[in-house]
Amino acid sequence: MELLLASGIGAITAVGLYLILRRESFPVILGLTFLSYAVNLFLFAMGRLVVNQPPIAAPGAPGYTDPLPQALVLTAIVISFGMTALIVVLALRGFLETGSDEVRDETQGQSGEAER
Amino acid sequence: MRNMVLLIITILPFLGGVVWLLGLKRSAAAACAALLSGTSFALLLSLAPVVAAGLPVGASWEWVPAIGLTAAFFLDGLGLFFAGIILGIGLLIIAYARAYLAPGEDAARFFGCLLLFQGAMLGIVLSDNVLLLVVFWELTSLSSFLLIGFWSHRPEGRQGARMALVVTGTGGLALLAGMLLLGHVAGTYSVTGILAQGDAVRASPLYGIILALVLIGAFTKSAQFPFHFWLPHAMAAPTPVSAYLHSATMVKAGVFLLARFWPVLGGTDAWFVVVTTTGLITMLVGAWIALFKDDLKAILAYSTVSHLGLMTMLLGFSTGFAVSVAVFHILNHAIFKAALFMSAGIVDHETHTRDIRRLGGLATAMPICATLALVATAAMAGVPPLNGFISKEMMLEAAHGTNMGHPAVVGALVTIAALLSVAYSARFAFGTWLGRSKLPPDAHVHDPSPALWGPVAVLVALAIAIGLAPQTLAAPLVQLVTGAVMAGPGAPAVKLSLWHGFTPALAMSAVAIVGGLALLLFQNGLEASRNAVWRPDAKAMFDGGARRLVAAARRIGATVHDGELSRAMLAIVATVVAVTAALFLLFPHGEGDRPMLPVTWPALVGWFALMVSCAAMVVAHDNRLFALVVTSVVGLIVSMVFLQFSAPDLALTQISVEVVATILLLLALNLLPRVTPPARGLGRPLRDGLMAIAGGLGVGGLAYAVMTREQSTIAGYFIENSKPLGGGTNVVNVILVDFRGFDTFGEIIVLCIASLVIYAMLDTALRGAAARRLETIKPNIESGDAHPVLFALATRVLLPLAIVVGVFIFLRGHNQPGGGFIAGLVVAIAFLMQYMASGFAWADRQRALDPHAMLGAGVLIAGFTGIAAFVFGKPFLTSTFGYLTWPVVGKFEVASAMAFDLGVFLTVVGTVMLALAQISRVEAKAERRAVPEGPMDIRFPPMDEPDATPVPAPPLDTSRSA
Repeated sequence: MELLLASGIGAITAVGLYLILRRESFPVILGLTFLSYAVNLFLFAMGRLVVNQPPIAAPGAPGYTDPLPQALVLTAIVISFGMTALIVVLALRGFLETGSDEVRDETQGQSGEAER
Repeated sequence: MRNMVLLIITILPFLGGVVWLLGLKRSAAAACAALLSGTSFALLLSLAPVVAAGLPVGASWEWVPAIGLTAAFFLDGLGLFFAGIILGIGLLIIAYARAYLAPGEDAARFFGCLLLFQGAMLGIVLSDNVLLLVVFWELTSLSSFLLIGFWSHRPEGRQGARMALVVTGTGGLALLAGMLLLGHVAGTYSVTGILAQGDAVRASPLYGIILALVLIGAFTKSAQFPFHFWLPHAMAAPTPVSAYLHSATMVKAGVFLLARFWPVLGGTDAWFVVVTTTGLITMLVGAWIALFKDDLKAILAYSTVSHLGLMTMLLGFSTGFAVSVAVFHILNHAIFKAALFMSAGIVDHETHTRDIRRLGGLATAMPICATLALVATAAMAGVPPLNGFISKEMMLEAAHGTNMGHPAVVGALVTIAALLSVAYSARFAFGTWLGRSKLPPDAHVHDPSPALWGPVAVLVALAIAIGLAPQTLAAPLVQLVTGAVMAGPGAPAVKLSLWHGFTPALAMSAVAIVGGLALLLFQNGLEASRNAVWRPDAKAMFDGGARRLVAAARRIGATVHDGELSRAMLAIVATVVAVTAALFLLFPHGEGDRPMLPVTWPALVGWFALMVSCAAMVVAHDNRLFALVVTSVVGLIVSMVFLQFSAPDLALTQISVEVVATILLLLALNLLPRVTPPARGLGRPLRDGLMAIAGGLGVGGLAYAVMTREQSTIAGYFIENSKPLGGGTNVVNVILVDFRGFDTFGEIIVLCIASLVIYAMLDTALRGAAARRLETIKPNIESGDAHPVLFALATRVLLPLAIVVGVFIFLRGHNQPGGGFIAGLVVAIAFLMQYMASGFAWADRQRALDPHAMLGAGVLIAGFTGIAAFVFGKPFLTSTFGYLTWPVVGKFEVASAMAFDLGVFLTVVGTVMLALAQISRVEAKAERRAVPEGPMDIRFPPMDEPDATPVPAPPLDTSRSA
């Protein structure tokens, strides 16, 4: 099971990295979303994998998984959403201002318009 | 008592900042400044007998004890001497500046800066902590920058100030490094402590480095060759500033430093060779250049360079006699040079020129000023019976007895320097005051009011008095200071007299005076031959260096960041991959021995789905809508993983965030291009793909390595204390709202800021260029029925149910999976559904709560919950809980953490609503459809209208971005 999750995290990371290296804003945003998934899973996995032992204190529970990574990841998920929302809006505004959604400085190098 | 007085002396000038702030007028500002420095001076004089009696005066306060920084001050003979010069000359300068400044000038700023500078100088000479000394040292660099560039409308003022700041600031950095090493070697940062550690410092292997760094600091400040070039350019300052900075204070700070650490760093061969040589060269170079300058202040500036070289050289000699001569000359130079600068200022003030080629014969027009200036010039040249003569004679005597390579070398060179000094002084005197007037005949030049020449007269009187009665007036002071510099026994008895008998020094002096006057006759010829030869222009070199540095920085900046994000990202990813790969290969690695969980069929299916999704994403992300769907699938699988491995809270959060994020991206995609243009060629995708695979392998491998090892965790504490201390059984929630509540508080503030930024960015998008582009975007009608009746009805029925679910999740969150974050997301989704189903305009009209208000209320509620703990004398965010019994409901628990969670809840709802509602608002603008009237916000087109038929969906619009 650990191998499955580790390879999954690796695959999501790889896709995320590939996407953030694209030239347009939308793939970069999705890439960041993928990286957020990977990072959250990675942090979560630091508490090791435990089945059927949620961190809900109860008498007679057989044991508990580590609650600390979970608390960290919970806020991380919400913050990632805040970040995604921010860069989506940034990309949107950039597109509305310049008419291009390439992630490059129009004042330097070739302009995105001319390249098309 | 006297320790407090010492502190007041140091602090008083800093109150000058108030003068600046109040924006006082010229006379008021001058009076205020004079009052502050005068009080400080009087207090200093009151301490003089104490210091003379050899009693210690010191005060210290801990500032940053961890790094050895204490605010410690002490007053010994050397400090008293310098503080006296700083404050005494400072008073005269203030009086002079009051008359010098034109009525229209910003006197408040001038006197404010002057006093700040004065305070910084006092700090240097009174510090008993080397780090504090460096702080004041840098303060003098900064405040002198403001003073030199006082006339900021003049380019030479700005350039001169910048050059002075760069040179002295760089020296200050070297000094800081030197002082840190010095403190490290001596084991203390206290000046008095270090002075007692001279032998240990000189024996240390770091001595050479310390000496080099401290000397760089001292030489840059005191304008020693080859750092002398900044001082003449600092002459762009108003003359009172030049008179103050370059006679008595700023440039003397370097000499002070040499004197202060003379017992620690001095006495070695390295000290002797470096300091003496530098001083000697500076003395010669300064005097030589001064001979050819035409600007009165430039002549004085190079003369100052030369005299500073003289003092440095004397301190380099390392004998008690030389030290006493240096001390005496510091005093004499401060007196006559301040007088001369002020005289040059008077000439400038009256004739509006400082060019010696256009002056001359002013003695008849300005007899008082001419007399004063001529006496001061004679003192500078070393003519008897003035103070400058005595110290120069003693300097020649000290040089005569110094053997450097050959017994006659030093003696011959200083005689040449003295000769040049006589020559430029004579040129200064003849060119300005004597001879034929070159001013236009209609110039009405006359002596100014006593307010301007009064301070000069005081100084000239001192120069004459010290010259005539040196033993009475100066010897006790020089004796005291020499003893303080040498910090121990061995200080010679100081004997000052006008007539030393027929000594070699007298012969050297005679040669200098006669030779100097003779040299003046050949000045023109010398200048012609000097101009024929190339010579380095320090300013051009400095400017060129600065220009090249800026150009290089620009080139590097343009190379490493050309404005393309993907290149910067690639650099980051490549660096991380390379560094971690290197570490991976260098150190042992392998999987751990923790037993793995057995693979289950559902997990295998999920893994397979994930791999297919990832592959699909890479291949087909050009179709953005498809890519978004795949992203959601991956998000769903992630929440399944959380569910599988005992994290119900995370699963709930992930799935609700997924919903919100997908809606958000869909909304954005409605305006953004639908398709990513495919990459041209295979090179880039291949390169990025390899990099991505390397990164993925690294992260996956690391996760695997960690998961197969046992862990040590602090989880036990949280699980055991969750119920007893936090009052809840859902440990994750208790950690969020209780144990780590401060973190959560920070997080909701971050959410708040993010959503406000979103609001700001989109609200302004409704105006300007963005709004014009919005107008050009064709409405993209994909569905004939924008707001289907069934959808609208269903969501409205669902809204109360969804809110009840939200409240339920919120309330149970403390004990069961749930809580403020999840409840907030659920409720936000319920609201969003209304926007989706019934349109922005209708839903926005119906909402009762403003998202801004929700954000504010959320943070405030959370904050006040935390602050409430203060009332009970507990730290911020300490929570409490108790049990209530209600009829029907029964006994249930109430925790203060629940109020905190309510704040979290409101912030999350507010954030989501604000972000999504804002995007919808922008979209509504793009659609430009009239807001349909009607109870359901649903357009019921009249049956007979032809365009009521649903518009067929156009093909994917790829041309939109063009």
